Amino acid sequence: MNAIEFILAGMLAAATPFLLAALGEMVTERAGVLNLGVEGLMALGAVIAFIVVYHGGGHFFAFIAAGISATLLSLVFAFVALGFRANQVATGLAIGILGQGLSALFGKTYESLTVKGLPKIAIPGLSDIPVVGGLFERDIVVWLSLLATLAIWATFAFTKTGLVIRAVGENPKAAHAIGYPVIAVRVAAIAFGGMMAGFAGAYASVIYTPLWADGMIAGRGWIAIALVVFGTWLTGRIFLGACLFGAVSLMSLAAQATGLDLPSQLLSSLPYIVTIIVLGIISADRRLLKLNGVASLGEPFERR
Amino acid sequence: MTTPLLSLRGISKSYGPIKANQEIDLDVAENSIHAILGENGAGKSTLMKLIYGVEQPDGGTAVWQGEPLHLASPAEARRRGIGMVFQHFSLFETLTVVENIRLVVPGRKAELTERIRTLGRDFGLEVDPLAHVHALSVGERQRVEIIRCLMTNPKLLILDEPTSVLPPQLVEKLFDTLRRLRDGGVSILFISHKLEEIRAICDRATILRGGRVTGHVDPREHDAHDLARMMIGRDMPEPMPAVATEGGDKQLEIIGLSYTPDDPFAVPLSDITLSVRAGEILGIAGISGNGQSELAGLISGETVLGREQHDRIFMMGKDVGQLPAAARRKLGFAFVPEDRLGRGAVPEMSLVMNSLLTAHSLKLVNGGLVDKSRATAFTNDCIRDYDVRTPGPEAEAGALSGGNLQKFIVGREIMLAPKLLFVAQPTWGVDIGAASAIRRRLIALRNEGMAILVISEELEELFELSDTIQVLHHGTLSQPLVTRDTKAEEIGRYMIGASPMKASA
Repeated sequence: MNAIEFILAGMLAAATPFLLAALGEMVTERAGVLNLGVEGLMALGAVIAFIVVYHGGGHFFAFIAAGISATLLSLVFAFVALGFRANQVATGLAIGILGQGLSALFGKTYESLTVKGLPKIAIPGLSDIPVVGGLFERDIVVWLSLLATLAIWATFAFTKTGLVIRAVGENPKAAHAIGYPVIAVRVAAIAFGGMMAGFAGAYASVIYTPLWADGMIAGRGWIAIALVVFGTWLTGRIFLGACLFGAVSLMSLAAQATGLDLPSQLLSSLPYIVTIIVLGIISADRRLLKLNGVASLGEPFERR
Repeated sequence: MTTPLLSLRGISKSYGPIKANQEIDLDVAENSIHAILGENGAGKSTLMKLIYGVEQPDGGTAVWQGEPLHLASPAEARRRGIGMVFQHFSLFETLTVVENIRLVVPGRKAELTERIRTLGRDFGLEVDPLAHVHALSVGERQRVEIIRCLMTNPKLLILDEPTSVLPPQLVEKLFDTLRRLRDGGVSILFISHKLEEIRAICDRATILRGGRVTGHVDPREHDAHDLARMMIGRDMPEPMPAVATEGGDKQLEIIGLSYTPDDPFAVPLSDITLSVRAGEILGIAGISGNGQSELAGLISGETVLGREQHDRIFMMGKDVGQLPAAARRKLGFAFVPEDRLGRGAVPEMSLVMNSLLTAHSLKLVNGGLVDKSRATAFTNDCIRDYDVRTPGPEAEAGALSGGNLQKFIVGREIMLAPKLLFVAQPTWGVDIGAASAIRRRLIALRNEGMAILVISEELEELFELSDTIQVLHHGTLSQPLVTRDTKAEEIGRYMIGASPMKASA
């Protein structure tokens, strides 16, 4: 198996945590809320899922438990940021740190333990194609994530629900004036973002690398937030961005395997370097950001 | 007498210590265009928010078609048949027209698109349903708002200052639409402070002053003078006569200036040419959003031109295109920006500190240290001379009413004794009395030889102030029109971009 086959085969799985977390954050941001706690929400989801699987609860319930726990933590964020109109950046950071702390606490006795992952489901025919065949042989969660991506894209493209979320994010005062419950829409968007972050964490800890180590999310939550900007709040671009980061994170592994003579620290910092470069390029195009951006992002909503 | 469509008795609403509405009585008849007349701050907007369910009254009763009315939300108001078109539009810029409408009206996209087209034809409200709102002109946006209301089949339509954003020609078109609606069985509440318009279209008027009703009249039976007296509680002051002056030096000259801003929602300017001489007032007319803020930024120095653009902007005979704002002020330039809070003044700081922002050059700062007593003295002078109503110089700028803060900022800039004064929207949100005082002051300064540039949306104001008017439309400036030889309709044609020759034929 050469490096390209290796990257293609692993790309979707590596991309899934980024994708799930970023899509959740995109929905939250589209409603006008900036939740910087994604890293902590993922860490909490990861540890809860690991504990459930380790004690024989199975992967299905692991994802449910991870989703619920991260949703609950994100509702704490919603309560403080929307209820008290606290600064969303500060609140998000605090909730993120809380999530990471809880994750370390719950995971203390599980350090370095492993669980079994999930079997891969190959798509008949496609998975036999040389070189790219590896793309089509993945676990069920990857396939469900792709369906979720499609569903979210369709929601924003075609449905009134998507329209309402965008309206609330662009001009909450006007949305209120025409009779939409701004706070309720935002709470729901935050909860959805929390649930998706929980799923993302669960995927990382019980499927992608089914082993518990404290701090295993390793900045993926931050990259997910960056991906939302990178994708200019558009589902398709966020999907492409997630694949790119999945591929880049595999590249460092592939490079090490091929005996490329570079320090491993440099290789493993590759995803973060790419993030910074890409964000720089995107932010240089103010037109793109302004046309797709969320006008009221991070601003608390007051009725008067 | 038949039962009125809407009947209010003793409606009151307070925000903390401010009594925005006190004991309001109001009857709106069926098939009627009913004016709510009052100055800024008289309580018109609050009253409309109460009727539309955005806010709930503290006391009083409302009766709608003979039944008691308690509205908890705008959605409920719409279900009962009350629609509202806001002064600051409640549209979503990144969505298309039909998407905006779909947020309020149930239905499939294709079917809504067709209904928008039909309504447009029937009531003179033509607009492309698939266009993005940010690409529409202000007049088109207003049509979208009205269509959005009409699609919920209202019995009562509230229009908050609908003509403040329209040029004269489109005002006529809007009035035509409103008459058609009235004949079709919709009553209209028409909020305005423009007396002639109310006399032209309304059959009833309720006048508010200081949150109370001061009269119910038939506006067609009173002249504008009577209505104004009821509205402001005293006679209107006479305008200041302008003295003929010799053409002085060109204090501001802009030659062939083109500029494309980074912001995609901003308006690019092309080939702007203008000049203002000492002892002259040049007025820039036009509907806001046609490049006013971009032009203001370039003149004030907030936006600096690139190196390649020299010899474009001259002040006092010097090329200032690359100079920042402070350097331009040193040459004798002063500027009153259109947004008072944030640009004209820092809301959280006291008036003394706000004086320092631009008046520091008058030796209010000594060796890097603030000379508190001189700064306070300057502020007190400004408060006294410009009739700023405030508890004192230590009051926070943000605590002043819009009109009082404007008087303070205009006063501060005039006290700098500039050679060139640039005022954007001199009387926006200022009540009639104070607005007339500001205009008198500007004309007096012109008579003393100051060069003054005014940007305003109010045509009447420009006609009172300016020697010459130029119209800004889509980022281009018309030729200079001598005010006393020009009619409002001509300016209006430039405002909507119609060629003046074709339109007069």
